[in-house]
Amino acid sequence: MFSWFRTDIIAEYMPLFMQGLRMTLLLTLIGVSCGTALGLLLGIGKIAKAERGPWKWPLTVLMRWPSQLYITFFRGTPLFVQILLIHFALVPTLIHVDDGLLIRGEWAMYLKREYGAFISGALALTLNSAAYIAEIFRAGIQSIDRGQFEAARSLGLNYFQTMKAVLIPQAFRRMLPPLGNEAIMLLKDSSLVSAIGLAELAYAARTAAGAYSRYWEPYLFISFIYLIITLGMSYFVHLLERKYKTS
Amino acid sequence: MIRVEGLQKFFGEKQVLKDIACEIKDNEVVCVIGPSGSGKSTFLRCLNALETAQGGTIQVDQFTVTDHATDLNILRTHVGMVFQRFNLFPHMNVLENICLAPMSVKKISREAAVSKARELLKRVGLAEKENAYPHELSGGQQQRVAIARALAMEPQVLLFDEPTSALDPEMVGEVLDVIKSLAHSKRTMVIVTHEMGFARQVSDRVFFMDGGQILEEGTPEKIFTAASNERTRNFLSKVL
Repeated sequence: MFSWFRTDIIAEYMPLFMQGLRMTLLLTLIGVSCGTALGLLLGIGKIAKAERGPWKWPLTVLMRWPSQLYITFFRGTPLFVQILLIHFALVPTLIHVDDGLLIRGEWAMYLKREYGAFISGALALTLNSAAYIAEIFRAGIQSIDRGQFEAARSLGLNYFQTMKAVLIPQAFRRMLPPLGNEAIMLLKDSSLVSAIGLAELAYAARTAAGAYSRYWEPYLFISFIYLIITLGMSYFVHLLERKYKTS
Repeated sequence: MIRVEGLQKFFGEKQVLKDIACEIKDNEVVCVIGPSGSGKSTFLRCLNALETAQGGTIQVDQFTVTDHATDLNILRTHVGMVFQRFNLFPHMNVLENICLAPMSVKKISREAAVSKARELLKRVGLAEKENAYPHELSGGQQQRVAIARALAMEPQVLLFDEPTSALDPEMVGEVLDVIKSLAHSKRTMVIVTHEMGFARQVSDRVFFMDGGQILEEGTPEKIFTAASNERTRNFLSKVL
């Protein structure tokens, strides 16, 4: 019944698929970890507020507004457009042989040739996930009872001590399930970077499909791989939710 | 010495504190009574700047609370607070709850903070609970830990915001006993409470608040037996 399904194509391209899978997982890992670090800063930045005193305006102008702008932009525009913008516009501005703002010369040429698409892809996924994770952090921190903040401040802890010792540890438990969901989204969305020629899972399927002009086999196969990973991750998220629901 | 003059506070359009003025001497114990929504808690929270006053001046010992140049973190190490709903940190055990501020704000060593915490726990009758988490304790026990946590910073002023209002009736006594034991021991205390018997017993002076004003103040004897203000008498006749 399934004799039309040519497993030999899958077998032949298996090394490429495995290589692509590794890249997909690497991109997801980078996106989640770097995105979490940046998202934490942005999330705190968005709610940073001083009622009075010398910090009031610096916090507003240097933290709140830029964070808000960043989050609005990256959540309000398509990831695909962001990838193209970063790969073809932002990264060439920063890394260029002649006039790169960050890196120039030989080193720039080398980076571009060897890791061009990887840098752009990883950067785009990180910047994008940071915006979503920032909102997860913000919601997590704001969901903590206001009395916790007041108790910490009434003991003399400053804003950052309060965040670090009291609010973030409590918020983090509540944030684990949505963070897990964000990781699942990121894993699936990472397929978009195949558009800039980064050899991840979707790119491997495209290569195999092109070689034989057969589309069912490679795309069904990678769908299956994505599905296994996302199901595994959602089961993990489910366990986390159960574990933290009681406390 | 706490001195408040012309204190104003608004929540949106609504004025919740109207021109409050009062003085509280060092080591004095003052209970603030009055109906719900009279501004008692807001008044208390202005004293350690959890609420920002919108007019008037507040002086607490050497700190001018209403001066924007005052470092509120230092002020708050000097003014402790106990909340209606305890507000213990649920992810920390009892010892960690008490030691957090001394260690991170006063930079006291862990050993010194722990031994001080144990001493305080003994004082509030919870020596055996140092490793318990807040959710494993009864409301009364949690509030006693919260009192120990506030005491660990050795504040000169202690504010109590309805410390027994969230407790089951059978636990009110144990918390009030602890608060009584703290009174008149080189510490100024301002207590917002609905426990009239306690207020009468523990305080040097009682403030009666209604409609955002201190309508009457005086010794407990005077307030509870011979209040001069109509509204004070009216309120007391309902709650006593």
